[in-house]
Amino acid sequence: MDKMPKWADVVLIPLISVVLALVVSGLVVAIIGESPWRAMEIMVRGAFGSAYGWGYTLYYATNFIFTGLAVAVAFHARLFNIGGEGQAALGGLGVAIILLGVAWPHWTIALLAAVLFSAAFGAVWAAVPAYLQAKRGSHIVITTIMFNYIASALMVYLLVNVFRVEGSMSPESATFAEAVHLPNAASFAGFLGFRGSTPLNFSFFLALLACVFVWLLIWRTRLGYEIRAFGHSDSAAVYAGINPTKIIMITMIISGALAGMMAINVVMGEAERLVLDFVEGAGFVGIAVALMGRSHPVGVILAALLFGALYQGGAELQFEMPAISREMVVVIQALVILFTGALDNMVRMPMQAFFLSLRRRREAGARTPAE
Amino acid sequence: MDFLTIVQILDSTVRLATPLLLACLAGLWSERAGIFDIGLEGKMLAAAFFSAAIAFTTGSVWLGLFAGIVASVFLSGLHGVASITFRGNQLISGVAINFLAAGLTVVIAQTWFQQGGRTPQLATESRFGNIVLPGAETRIRDIAQQGPLGQVYSELISGHSILVYVALLMVPLTWFLLYRTRFGLRLRAVGENPAAVDTAGVSVVGLRYAAVVICGVLCGLAGAYLATALNAGFVKDMSAGRGFIALAALIFAKWRPWYALSACLLFGLFDAIGNRYQNIQLGEFIVPVQFMQALPYILVVIVLAGLVGKAIPPRAGGEPYVKER
Repeated sequence: MDKMPKWADVVLIPLISVVLALVVSGLVVAIIGESPWRAMEIMVRGAFGSAYGWGYTLYYATNFIFTGLAVAVAFHARLFNIGGEGQAALGGLGVAIILLGVAWPHWTIALLAAVLFSAAFGAVWAAVPAYLQAKRGSHIVITTIMFNYIASALMVYLLVNVFRVEGSMSPESATFAEAVHLPNAASFAGFLGFRGSTPLNFSFFLALLACVFVWLLIWRTRLGYEIRAFGHSDSAAVYAGINPTKIIMITMIISGALAGMMAINVVMGEAERLVLDFVEGAGFVGIAVALMGRSHPVGVILAALLFGALYQGGAELQFEMPAISREMVVVIQALVILFTGALDNMVRMPMQAFFLSLRRRREAGARTPAE
Repeated sequence: MDFLTIVQILDSTVRLATPLLLACLAGLWSERAGIFDIGLEGKMLAAAFFSAAIAFTTGSVWLGLFAGIVASVFLSGLHGVASITFRGNQLISGVAINFLAAGLTVVIAQTWFQQGGRTPQLATESRFGNIVLPGAETRIRDIAQQGPLGQVYSELISGHSILVYVALLMVPLTWFLLYRTRFGLRLRAVGENPAAVDTAGVSVVGLRYAAVVICGVLCGLAGAYLATALNAGFVKDMSAGRGFIALAALIFAKWRPWYALSACLLFGLFDAIGNRYQNIQLGEFIVPVQFMQALPYILVVIVLAGLVGKAIPPRAGGEPYVKER
């Protein structure tokens, strides 16, 4: 017997948690001495008030959809992949190698190659911790954190010593060829008012495609069933003939590949070259997005949109309210992770009690006339 | 490389190992009681900011230290509420605390000091000064004149801030409390088999909260050391992954205090060598500085892979305790 109706579990509890997180964030803004209402108004206007704002919001959301899906897929097998940051960085390396190494005639073929390479590089970076978890029992959370740091050192080394353009001081690669530049929103949705400078690009559709892929994978394939079964109970899954090593490896490879593909949006779509620290915490935002979106692709899209808006609105906020630093967005992100993830039971326990008492009263009410 | 250079490298090893050691012992207390803590980084950062901010505004480094500890214990308490009382996921809670600290420190610093998320430079009197042991020289020219023993005494043993000596004292203290007292026995038992402790009539929740609070105090010391002894003030993200290196050292040390000391000294040595030499020439090969920076993490992965011994965490680690009904 379920303690709560399904809609309460899927919609109500995440909603309450996010509202709580926003209320506490508002309190922080109030304590700083600014008006939370005005701050919110500036952020909403900055994120959604213009085509310019939408362009950035959706651009950030594209990143967060990829990293959010990466964490979500791993969550389904009850694996916590904190390594999205490093996997995305390696994905960028893959994109740069294939785009700088081959003279592509057209961006469409180049995009296919970039998808393949970013996914493969991200997957490899996730596969090592996955193998260590599956075969040697080392905790995947710790190893993925370590791999983030190793990736960051590796990327600094490669950018400074290998990719850096001769004579340039800044640690970044050469700009990709004109032919492989992805079309941006101005060229395929210019009628909506997007300008040529908008960062929103074709990768957005790729992200939506990835959502459909994850949905099909998790809920419509045998592999997805095995992943979910393993996540619910690994001992039951083993009893049902599911190979845990295989599930851990495949899940993490898919997860790493999704995180790696985030690089297509930034490296190929926006910067058009490999730059240092291009991931900018998107791998970690993916954790918040997956938790808030309840590991469902639709939830991930909505949560990614919220975080995209927070990132873009946060930039505007800093501009209009200098007293509030841009890091306010990190605070909100932390509170969302805290309330939707760690303090989940704080909301869930009273809600369960509420729905149970509701049901008891209804049952009692149904019984009385008969007596 | 002359003798004095080696002594100097060891000296900066001790300085750089101190925050690692304090954070590592903090993690040891928490994880021995069955509470995984990947929020060491965040707690250090929060303590670093508040100790620097209060030391600057009041001029007293001791008040600063106190404020840092309070901030760190507050975050510890939050972790406790999430993972003990509400039986939430301890890893997610740790991640949240890291981001909370990374964001809040900069936001508050910007509001208080308007210097782009940092505190103003601390004056010498509002920092922890170096303690000169009796008979030790302080100026490098005088030290160079001494014999090897004198150099070791003056450069390596003397001339650290009080927190360095406190950190070193914490190692035997932690060992004694964990292995030679009833409290320590119970605390370790809670990390291995909480049901047994509960059956014996000892509060699992109480012991775990005690462990998180001790963890908070130690992280507070680590953060205060960063901002008021090693550096002069707080800058954004100044913990720079030390919380995770401490976590790495903890695994490397297999959750034991004396091994924690050696692991932290080893990682401190990497840091010191990396700071002193950019690229190291080993015969034909040049070891890039980035490799030295990544070395602690690589070593931990090797240890976790079971290639060098086996690191077995406390058995009940990460599991919320649900009383049987």
